Amino acid sequence: MKVTGAQALLKCLEEQKVETIFGFPGGAVIDLYDEIMKSDKLTHVLVRHEQGAVHAADAYGRVRGEVGVALVTSGPGATNTVTGIASAYLDSIPLVVFTGQVPTGLIGNDAFQEVDIVGITRPCTKHNYLIKDVKDLVPTVREAFHIAQTGRPGPVLIDLPKDVMAAKVKFPELKPVKMRTYKPTYEPHPGQIDKCCKTILRAKKPVLYIGGGVIASNAHEEVTELARKLNIPVTMTLMGLGGFPGTDALSMGMLGMHGTYYSNMAVAKCDLLIGVGARFDDRVTGRIDAFAPHAKIIHIDIDPTSISKNVKVDIPIVADCKHALSAMNTWFDRSDKFNADEVKGIREPWLEKIKEWKARHPLGYVKETDKIKPQFVVQKLHELTKGDAIITTEVGQNQMWAAQFYHFNHPRAFMTSGGLGVMGYGFPAAIGAQMAARDRVVIDIAGDGSLQMNIQEMATAKQYNCPVKIALLNNNYLGMVRQWQELFYDKRYSATVLDVAPDFVALAEAYGHVGLRATKPSEVVPVIKEALATDSLVLMDFVIDREEGVYPMVPAGKATTEMLLV
Amino acid sequence: MKHTISVLLQNKPGVLSRVTGLFSGRGFNIESLSVAQTLEKDVSCLTLVTSGDSNIIEQITKQLHKLIDIIKVTDISETEYVERDMALIRVKAESTTRAEVLRITDIFRGRVVDVGAKSYAVEVTGSCGKVQAAVDLLRPIGIQEIVRTGTIAMTRAAK
Repeated sequence: MKVTGAQALLKCLEEQKVETIFGFPGGAVIDLYDEIMKSDKLTHVLVRHEQGAVHAADAYGRVRGEVGVALVTSGPGATNTVTGIASAYLDSIPLVVFTGQVPTGLIGNDAFQEVDIVGITRPCTKHNYLIKDVKDLVPTVREAFHIAQTGRPGPVLIDLPKDVMAAKVKFPELKPVKMRTYKPTYEPHPGQIDKCCKTILRAKKPVLYIGGGVIASNAHEEVTELARKLNIPVTMTLMGLGGFPGTDALSMGMLGMHGTYYSNMAVAKCDLLIGVGARFDDRVTGRIDAFAPHAKIIHIDIDPTSISKNVKVDIPIVADCKHALSAMNTWFDRSDKFNADEVKGIREPWLEKIKEWKARHPLGYVKETDKIKPQFVVQKLHELTKGDAIITTEVGQNQMWAAQFYHFNHPRAFMTSGGLGVMGYGFPAAIGAQMAARDRVVIDIAGDGSLQMNIQEMATAKQYNCPVKIALLNNNYLGMVRQWQELFYDKRYSATVLDVAPDFVALAEAYGHVGLRATKPSEVVPVIKEALATDSLVLMDFVIDREEGVYPMVPAGKATTEMLLV
Repeated sequence: MKHTISVLLQNKPGVLSRVTGLFSGRGFNIESLSVAQTLEKDVSCLTLVTSGDSNIIEQITKQLHKLIDIIKVTDISETEYVERDMALIRVKAESTTRAEVLRITDIFRGRVVDVGAKSYAVEVTGSCGKVQAAVDLLRPIGIQEIVRTGTIAMTRAAK
């Protein structure tokens, strides 16, 4: 029996076990939306801006460990997804984005709402397709889901001309996707594992440096086992937070520009750096020649282009993190050269040194009695949610305070736009996360600048009953840029003062939500408690110390040991 | 240092743009590029000359390989290989210079492929250096137009 392209696409989504998609309709995808209306298996979340759809799909996929799906129309619908796609690309998040397109006969004609979205997104997708023949539709969708979630994950875009959605096709039977040109390497080379494990045994001052790859490959248990077995301190990138328990004695928290003093010192002084699913990004390394200058470097990554891109690696291992780490754990379990007590003894002075650094400059801030400190808010959020909430963030100071003070113990609980740094990510992401886990507490730790970039999603949250909590750290500034201006531009606050701002409490109420405000430190806990006890969206407007900064801070281009401290 | 990289890719719309976009987006350099179908009609071979230190070349080959539509990437400069470049050169050929043009063409084992009232079009084939030498010698006589294919290259067979 023949079906239309639109029907075939919906069958494909069912085949891929997609339960929820995020989207916004338009002329070019009207056939698809007609089918969606008939479907009782698929929940469609109508966002209020297409960028929101992609961020929501991104977080939805991250929470569940699945592929996030977004659907938008042609032209402006498609271009509005670009920021979300680029963010997912830099953070290696599996997404499939469907965009409508003008009918094939009109392509290239500068038709109404026509844009070459495949051309536009070529550099920010893992792969993309324009379907010109309905016969290619189903195989392409299957291939797209395969590409998005295997190897180093990433976003894939499929452009769907309107006539292809209406054309009839015989639905082909499901076969495993086989591609001649795409075969990611999952298994590590045994010789490299051997070399790597022997090097770890010899190291006196090793550091595990883990990134988003650990979370993407669900390797948190393996990495935790390795760190504990060999008594190796662990530092995490922004994307790696939650990959290792943040409250564990071996955790040093985040490294890099706003990393902890002790993780940056440990990396600077270590004799072996074991990078796992991380990419030595400039926010992590600072001045590259001063990064881990005394260390041998082991790098495990599924993407060969990440290896030796920024920092020369001594032992490269191209593999899935989970596979490589379990191979390492097995190696140690079987090796007669490995003696746990002996290794503990060897590591003792190194762990002592790190303790000393921790004691000298712990993460902290100057407490004041009359002003709300943003770090205090995050600490209280952590305490009152017992560290179990899903946290999303916007970008800037709010993001860094969240990363520093909410000690993530579990993977897939922290959603942030790490690589691209998208202001406006956090709120739609919180909606996506809430749709993925209806029974979890989801909190968007936000700034007043970022929140306004996708504030329209307030209506989406209302429509789908998402009881997301927004912890707005409100300083009426674009705080992170202001901090740079304070430190490096003689306090010339060019264009960073947000003097004109809405009354956020009233704004939340205008959308039918609850708004609460705290202006004194004593009000913080009651506000959080009330918000957590309320079964609807609550915007908590914390009026914070306006010029509070994020510290430690490594000025751009400096070595990571040259930190500005509290 | 110059490197000649040979790339086998799926012959699909947009693939060439993925390759060139990769180079412009990451700030790599393309000195020449040539592409045509292979024996398989859905596979093309692209020969690309680029330059950079070993780190850059390593990134270029890895990044190319990462593109989904690319089948195989070989840095042929690391092997024994033959390379060819072809130029069509229109040179001023008046009574005083005609003999000189023919002599130079002969030295480079080129051929005259078009004759006009005041010009010859000459075809020269060889390594990139040889073609460049021919161009350099013809230039003082007066080159009116030049078209070059860019380098194509092939690994030598095992001996």
